[in-house]
Amino acid sequence: MSVTHLCDLTGTELAAKLRAGEVTSAEITASCLARIDTVEDRVRAYLTRTEDVARARAADVDARLANGEDLPSVAGIPLALKDVLTTRGIRTTCGSRILESYVPPYDSTAWARLSADGAVLLGKTNCDEFAMGSSNENSAFGPVHNPWDLDTVPGGSSGGSAAAVAVGEAIWALGTDTGGSVRQPASLCGVVGLKPTYGLVSRYGLIAFASSLDTVGTFTRSVRDAAVLLSSIAGKDPMDATSLDGPKRNYTEGIEQGVAGLRIGIVREAFGEGVQPGVKASVQAAIDRLASMGAQVGEVSLPHTDYALSAYYLIAPSEASSNLARYDGVRYGLRVEGGDSVEMMRKTRGSGFGPEVKRRIMLGTYALSAGYYEAYYGQAQKVRTLIIRDYEAAFESYDVLVSPTSPTTAFRIGERADDPLAMYLSDVFTIPANLSGVPAISIPSGLDDAGLPVGLQVTAPVLAEPTLFRVAHALEGELGFDALPPLVAAL
Amino acid sequence: MPVEIDIDHVARLARLHLTPEEKERLRAQLGIILEHAAKVGEVAAADVPPTASAIPRSNVLRPDTPAPSLAHEDALANAPETEDDRFKVPRIVEME
Repeated sequence: MSVTHLCDLTGTELAAKLRAGEVTSAEITASCLARIDTVEDRVRAYLTRTEDVARARAADVDARLANGEDLPSVAGIPLALKDVLTTRGIRTTCGSRILESYVPPYDSTAWARLSADGAVLLGKTNCDEFAMGSSNENSAFGPVHNPWDLDTVPGGSSGGSAAAVAVGEAIWALGTDTGGSVRQPASLCGVVGLKPTYGLVSRYGLIAFASSLDTVGTFTRSVRDAAVLLSSIAGKDPMDATSLDGPKRNYTEGIEQGVAGLRIGIVREAFGEGVQPGVKASVQAAIDRLASMGAQVGEVSLPHTDYALSAYYLIAPSEASSNLARYDGVRYGLRVEGGDSVEMMRKTRGSGFGPEVKRRIMLGTYALSAGYYEAYYGQAQKVRTLIIRDYEAAFESYDVLVSPTSPTTAFRIGERADDPLAMYLSDVFTIPANLSGVPAISIPSGLDDAGLPVGLQVTAPVLAEPTLFRVAHALEGELGFDALPPLVAAL
Repeated sequence: MPVEIDIDHVARLARLHLTPEEKERLRAQLGIILEHAAKVGEVAAADVPPTASAIPRSNVLRPDTPAPSLAHEDALANAPETEDDRFKVPRIVEME
């Protein structure tokens, strides 16, 4: 498929054109804004648009480049941010009524680093309320539509970021991944989604859902772009006690090394019941290519995969029930008056939170309550240990693991809305990486018979992002996935 | 078997006002979700230690150097109600 608009190029391609003087950041930004004007009424990826901020930054970068300044690779490239990452002076809603008019007094570290590197902010993207969901239908401000089929979901919770990148409404974007919220929507929207090692990117200013699982991740149209973005946002931050030590590095180095000689484990549990035939076929075809590229491919078992989902739906809601206690109508956000302080809090929370958030607060409060803590939360923490041991065992024999990202392609809006368990199953293959902290990436492996994208997930050991990028980049080149959503192809 | 839970008690702990319809729906949904989640008990043996964080860190400190912090007016800017540079809340203590 040939690309005729700047907004459909990768960040790496655009950065080269900027430096060659072929285009300006103002032109790239204008291309993205024009695309937003053309498709946004059908896609609904954005909650807040920041055209003026974007144009001003683009002009600044153009002036600095014209002056001969040597700027980082992300400079001048238009970006979207999931609306759970705080932006100083720019509304940040978490897709919730309770934060509908919240204007943060501080920047998230991930955005602060990109901004310091000259990134151009186009706006804040729609998401499931407080990042809780797998379809974006839990946003208080309406669903996002998948550009590949507007009647289907883009996945979630970072659905707006995924859809925006898929349809050219941004060159790349940040999302957050607590149980698959970057990788699953990337899979459903046919883009690349990276969840780095837990702690590699600071969580400061990532409005908390489940603190021991929350990870800032990236949406891009190439694996190399993911490495470029990660290079800007990764690294120790004194404002996040869980951020990992280690020097800044350039993650594009070594990306071309190929897969010859690498040991690649195919996760047996990820090809069982409940996985669509079209998903299995597409991922299997990609695996066959890996073998022909010189990788040593074998089968591996993660025996506690089935239990990961159960553990996750105790741990994440437990942490959420504690984190979301801060929405009490006192310091920020909605307040609903009535009676004494406790009554005010009850009414504020009852009116400000949507159904999925209430469900998880109740679930977590119950799992942590006296008499039940040991049977639920305590046991779930033990399962977490077993999941980590599964990975440790698998990585003794393999450098990376491969599976489908999600059991299905994009499903229809409304299809799973009344069945929370069916919805939760979307994340069955992505959750284990969050429980164990390891990095994972989803890349498009092809389209199914219905013309919907399938995602393939590569998982690596803690801090082995260079290996992850190496495998994903080689496979991406081999597969040559270059289909565009019908919405874009028709332009 | 779906798990039976005392919705009113849990909602009180969570400071969450729920309508009768919400309570009914949550009672059914949480019962089913918890039945599924209880599977963790099948494999969590006594000799398996719990994990709270996948990459544990302890005693993380930063240099104790003074730096500007959030300005007073910025901290109060999003508050629903303020008075004399403080957050204002409804009455907490009953007066005689």
